[in-house]
Amino acid sequence: MMMLTLRREAHGFVGFIERQKNLIKRYWLWEVVWLIYSLVSVLSIGYLAAGLGSLGTGGFDLRQAQLYLLVGALLWAYLSIVFIEITFSVTWERWEGTIEYTFMAPVRRLTHLLGICTFALLYGLARTLVVLLIAMPLFHLDLSHANLVTAITVMAVSTFPLVGLGILASVLPLLSPERGEQMTVAVQGVLLLASGVYYPVSVLPGPVQALAHVSPLTYTLEGMRAALIGGRGLAAVASDLLPLLLMSLVLVPLGLAVFGWAERRAKRLGLLKRSG
Amino acid sequence: MSQAKQPAVETSRLTKRFRREGGGRHAGMPWRRRRSDLVALHPLDLTLERGITTGVIGPNGSGKSTLVRVLATLVLPDNGWARIFGHDVVTDSFSVKRYINRVSVEAAFFKELSAWENLVYASRIYGVADRGLRGRVESVLARFGLPRDLLDRPLRHLSRGQQRKVAIARSVLTTPSLLLMDEPTTGLDPRSKREVQHMVTDLRQDSVTTLLCTHDLDEAEALCDRVLLMDHGRVLADGTPGQLGRLEDLFFELSGRGLEDADTEAEAETQDMEVQPA
Repeated sequence: MMMLTLRREAHGFVGFIERQKNLIKRYWLWEVVWLIYSLVSVLSIGYLAAGLGSLGTGGFDLRQAQLYLLVGALLWAYLSIVFIEITFSVTWERWEGTIEYTFMAPVRRLTHLLGICTFALLYGLARTLVVLLIAMPLFHLDLSHANLVTAITVMAVSTFPLVGLGILASVLPLLSPERGEQMTVAVQGVLLLASGVYYPVSVLPGPVQALAHVSPLTYTLEGMRAALIGGRGLAAVASDLLPLLLMSLVLVPLGLAVFGWAERRAKRLGLLKRSG
Repeated sequence: MSQAKQPAVETSRLTKRFRREGGGRHAGMPWRRRRSDLVALHPLDLTLERGITTGVIGPNGSGKSTLVRVLATLVLPDNGWARIFGHDVVTDSFSVKRYINRVSVEAAFFKELSAWENLVYASRIYGVADRGLRGRVESVLARFGLPRDLLDRPLRHLSRGQQRKVAIARSVLTTPSLLLMDEPTTGLDPRSKREVQHMVTDLRQDSVTTLLCTHDLDEAEALCDRVLLMDHGRVLADGTPGQLGRLEDLFFELSGRGLEDADTEAEAETQDMEVQPA
């Protein structure tokens, strides 16, 4: 019985990944557009850094500044893809009118969300890799001093709070079919501002700094910069890994619980039917 | 009662209200919209035996779709309970989901994906085994007179009738014990409508318990073993098509208006008021 249940859930898990893959395949032109957008964003930041020298803002290591900004831009490209893919999963189903069908299926919500998140992570990595491969020769990016073990560890540990945050944000279209989608974009904007993507969080005003401390992206970016630019080992990024681990413990169960609550609320108020 | 003897559907005092927001605002508080409750289902007691096709007839707003959605675990009732083969739709919804499938008036497909991709997705989330899936899909489609080459076309390229047939094929593929059909022939041309009706007749041979919501009185008379006549969330009449005689006349007799008038009235109400979240 247990095996049968697990097999069914595994089928469902694969089904969600496959569905997302098929949707990306069918909307390939949009994906090309978004890839170009990501690439252009990263390149713009790279050239901005390169141009700082000609603006007469000397007195600091331009090469380091460029690397700092590019790592931020690349990570933001990755994190925003993952975040968007997870948060838009509900919105997308609303557009297509399939949300009731998916919610009626005998598959655990955990399996459903894990499938969506796994695809988002894999797709985000693939798309960011393409951008990285194009950006590296253009900016002569030298990552020979990078500590890849630390970088991969930080990335892996960051996955969990990011997934939790994505699930939390995906609840918004369930709460409000009309305004949920816009609210997820607003959340993304706040994360960009507060997490120190392009600058150290120390330059932010007090209240925004407080937000930075509770954003998992802040620790991801700090840890990744320490690993990729500073070549630091695991011990040196422990102060980033620990908050990420703690946030995982909070955000993933919280995301699942809030999603469950929002689903029950939508069913109580009859909101699943509406296309928004 | 043992599982095998449980009725397909059983409800007791099942009730559902939705909050509606009107166009006006409170006189003293202009920032607040006027709200009122719409009773979608008055306390409903119902038992559907296994293996029969039950028609639910009523105008828009009569509570047909709400009943289907409650049974499909998509809407939570306010009061009372509903059980599917003995499983409560609220407290044991996961078990209920294993028994049911639903064909709605909306196609509920990923329109850019092919019929095959949509069917594979449905199979996977219903835990249907992969082995021989293509063959099974093709045989279901052939049974319902759908050409094989249609499988690889995006759903948006299919006619409404074909989409509806693929939706029924999708539900059959997951072998439900209870099939909830919410106006499966609404909006179809006469030929597609006949073909879909033929598919419903076919399902009776598989002993699938079917709840068929429809506006079409002839359809209910032809396809159903039992008919419930609903209006404003209440069951006005319940019996075999033979017992209920001419359903249109009966509806007029019981509700004091014709079915078409009731539909027009419901549409006008929908334009004035909108169901709103709290």
